[in-house]
Amino acid sequence: MNRSPYISNAPTVSVIMLKVLFALVPGIIAYTWVYGGGILVTLSLATITAVASEAALLKIRQRPIAPHLTDLSAVVTAWLLALALPTLAPWWLVVVGTFFAIVIAKQLYGGLGYNPFNPAMVGYAVLLISFPVIMTKWPAPLILAQTKLGFMEQLQLILGGVLPANTPLDAITSATPLDYLKTQLMLEHEIASIGQAPIFGVFGAQGGEIVTGAYLLGGVYLLQQRIISWHLPTAFLGVLATMSFVFYVADSTHFANPMFHLMSGASMLCAFFIITDPVSGPTTPKGKLYFAAGVAVLTYLIRVYGGYPDGVAFAVLLMNMCVPLIDAHTQPRVFGHNDSK
Amino acid sequence: MHSIIQFVSRLISSKRIKSGIYPFQGGVHPDGRKEASTASPISRFPIPDKLVLPLRQHVGYIPKIRVQVGDYVLKGQMLAEAEGNVSAAIHAPTSGTISQISEEVIPHPSGLPDMCMTLIPDGKEAWTTLTPIDWRNQPKHQLVSSLRASGIVGLGGATFPTHIKVRADGKSHIHTLVINAAECEPYITCDDMLMRERADEIVKGIEIVQFLLGAERCVIGIEDNKPEAIASMQAACHAMEYLSVKVVPTLYPSGDARRLIHLLLDTEIPHNKRATDVGVQVFNVATVLAIYRYLVFGEPAINRIVTVTGGVNHPKNFEVLFGTPLRTLIDAAGGAKENASHFIMGGPMMGFDLPSIDVPITKAANCIIVATPELFPEPPSALPCIRCTRCADACPVYLQPQELYWFSKSDNFEKARDYNLFDCIECGCCSYVCPSNIPLVQYYRYAKSEIIATDRAKEAANLARERNEFRLSRIEREKLERAQKHAERAAAGKAEAAKAEAVKAEQIPDNSTQKASSTGADDVKKAAIAAAIERAKALKTAAAQSEHAPVNASKEKLEQVAAPAVPPKASDDEKVKQDKQALIAAAIERAKAQKLAANQAGNSPMNTDNVSPAVQAEINEIDAMRAKAKELIDQEKA
Repeated sequence: MNRSPYISNAPTVSVIMLKVLFALVPGIIAYTWVYGGGILVTLSLATITAVASEAALLKIRQRPIAPHLTDLSAVVTAWLLALALPTLAPWWLVVVGTFFAIVIAKQLYGGLGYNPFNPAMVGYAVLLISFPVIMTKWPAPLILAQTKLGFMEQLQLILGGVLPANTPLDAITSATPLDYLKTQLMLEHEIASIGQAPIFGVFGAQGGEIVTGAYLLGGVYLLQQRIISWHLPTAFLGVLATMSFVFYVADSTHFANPMFHLMSGASMLCAFFIITDPVSGPTTPKGKLYFAAGVAVLTYLIRVYGGYPDGVAFAVLLMNMCVPLIDAHTQPRVFGHNDSK
Repeated sequence: MHSIIQFVSRLISSKRIKSGIYPFQGGVHPDGRKEASTASPISRFPIPDKLVLPLRQHVGYIPKIRVQVGDYVLKGQMLAEAEGNVSAAIHAPTSGTISQISEEVIPHPSGLPDMCMTLIPDGKEAWTTLTPIDWRNQPKHQLVSSLRASGIVGLGGATFPTHIKVRADGKSHIHTLVINAAECEPYITCDDMLMRERADEIVKGIEIVQFLLGAERCVIGIEDNKPEAIASMQAACHAMEYLSVKVVPTLYPSGDARRLIHLLLDTEIPHNKRATDVGVQVFNVATVLAIYRYLVFGEPAINRIVTVTGGVNHPKNFEVLFGTPLRTLIDAAGGAKENASHFIMGGPMMGFDLPSIDVPITKAANCIIVATPELFPEPPSALPCIRCTRCADACPVYLQPQELYWFSKSDNFEKARDYNLFDCIECGCCSYVCPSNIPLVQYYRYAKSEIIATDRAKEAANLARERNEFRLSRIEREKLERAQKHAERAAAGKAEAAKAEAVKAEQIPDNSTQKASSTGADDVKKAAIAAAIERAKALKTAAAQSEHAPVNASKEKLEQVAAPAVPPKASDDEKVKQDKQALIAAAIERAKAQKLAANQAGNSPMNTDNVSPAVQAEINEIDAMRAKAKELIDQEKA
């Protein structure tokens, strides 16, 4: 009976997912510090929803539940979605988004390994299209907010929609820099004057750039652990920087500088945690470069010319569609073959 | 673009690149576990109570038995003679009596019994007359034909008959001889120990092989996890000018011939060519030693070094006579541990489960690993592929295993072939690194055997069609010939009649002769059609049967059917018969040529040098393997 190899030495899927979760921890700590503990509520809500709906769907589909729950892929999806949502969004928004991500985008396509689209981004896109107003109500960083909500107050807001007395919603929210930039540019203001607003930090958003930096840290850990390949983040950040640089050099009064684009919005989360989803991404080295570059170009175009403040979710979903094509046309050269497909 | 990717990959990769070594991409670093069996020197295994010698111990045709039950044979006497080109002889490992010639369980993945000769030793070790060969002063072709009688095959595990490899094919000049001493699989140490203990003899063997090939230089590739062997080989060949020992980094599968040639010579052998096409020939260290023993002392291949390791109490290397029962060997290694579950022949990456402990040691047996649950725990059940591409990173052939898995799993074999499934060397690196524990290699074995089976069926069908077309055209031609003959006869008769009647009466036209002859032609035609229908039916049945039968069998069947199909009534003429036979032969030739062309054009599986001949010769095994693989896949799917 020929069933070699008899030995193996691979991190299990659970270990890989666990490392991804671990890499998100610095970002979550920074997030809590900048925006308050509400994110922990959102994360818990999303995790519970994800695990529960995954288990339910596995049962309906008559698949073994234990091995698929312990692979932790549902938790990763939940965390990524939770981190992408406005922190103080009501509980049902988190639940609906996560449910959609796990049930529709993942399990109905066949579960882990079979989903053509990034589940977290599907959940995000559904929410953004369905509830655009809530989705743009971002909490202001604590240092900027007129009223600083404590953890319990944030908890009440998320679960019950109750604001403390005498606190209007506007007192705790603010526009994100990407959003603000876009509206101000439409009002024919120039970058230099827009950038004076307090919501801007050194590179990107005041406070938000710390979270972004923490994501970068987690991303470097994933690279070092060889959980993700260098192709995707390098190509994404490289192309995003190059493209914004070209526009910035051409017209610095209307286009933000490259550092702003790299450190704002979901850029870092996207570079290291979202486009690196192996299931919905390409598999060839060259394909990974094309894919990430495509996401970067689309992200930039949606940010600058599109109707949404950030373009990562749609850029990723659009490029997910191209993955089979990219893979088919970027097959690497095989040993002893002189041609590459 | 590609070069940029490679450059960056190399920058961040942690591989140390030594000068003069040209690393290939991919590969894995399994735990070597070689120390266990290198602690004590090679020990000579005593003569067992019986020796079981399978006829099939090599790649190629089985040899022809030259002895009978009851014969007394001397040590080194030839028991079976190589038949055909790719075949190897079998010799008596010791003196004794042939007790039976029967089907026994042999060490083969299929687990099927095969023909074996059983020898009961008399313990006298009486040698037959040995004839050493003065190889320096003999024409090479004579050396090659004497090697054909040596029974020596590649001892690295491939078991390809050695005389084929030293034979000049007249096409390419071999400039470099590569000695494969990488021994990259974990556990195996037989080559390591051989180099430590018999480096001088190995170097002498290298000298002979180099002479036979006419190679200008020789490179010995040894992995750096064998410092003693390296030192010993370096000491043995320090005086040799054209011989160099190259130390390659420990990386599985560096011992694969194509990978090793890349490592040592920076040459990538094209997928559709062999090493000899680029002027390189690869020999295993143990093989060159066997050649030395044969030419200088006249000793044929009767024993080899076998590593016995894993779950045994005293792992070590033995010099074992071919045919020695595995059970006695395990006992000599201190016995298997109590929880031993099964026995693996070869290494843990490419070896296979032995069907039982009662199999003999053959020429291919480089290593026997006693498996225990601690050493080889059952892998957890497979999860879905998450396309993480760790397999693609590990693949030493630069394939995309995740795509091949997908195609194999969905029986999309054409696509699998397009993605170069047949370049896969089944090294197991992909399965080794798979986080989802998918038995990837099993899927590839399954897909390969399915494709080979389909190709064979297609070939048989093509042959049948070819013959049928030829037959139809022959019938058509015969019909025309007959009609022509009749017309001529009728014309002649008419002319005669006309002449005769011209004398009598010129005015009355007479059609009676013509009419009669045309009725005759109709009858013949009807009979021919009936016969043709009969034959077509017979041919159809034969074709249907041959679809699942091996090519040779189908060819025979077709010939049997076709031979009486030549209608005897219409063509009594001897010359016509001969012509027809010539035409049939030509048609067969054409079919063969077409098949060959198709092979060259890449319509047929292009495999590594080792697999193709094996495939040709081992139809039954493949079918068995295929069935097993299918079963496994079904289980997997379930």
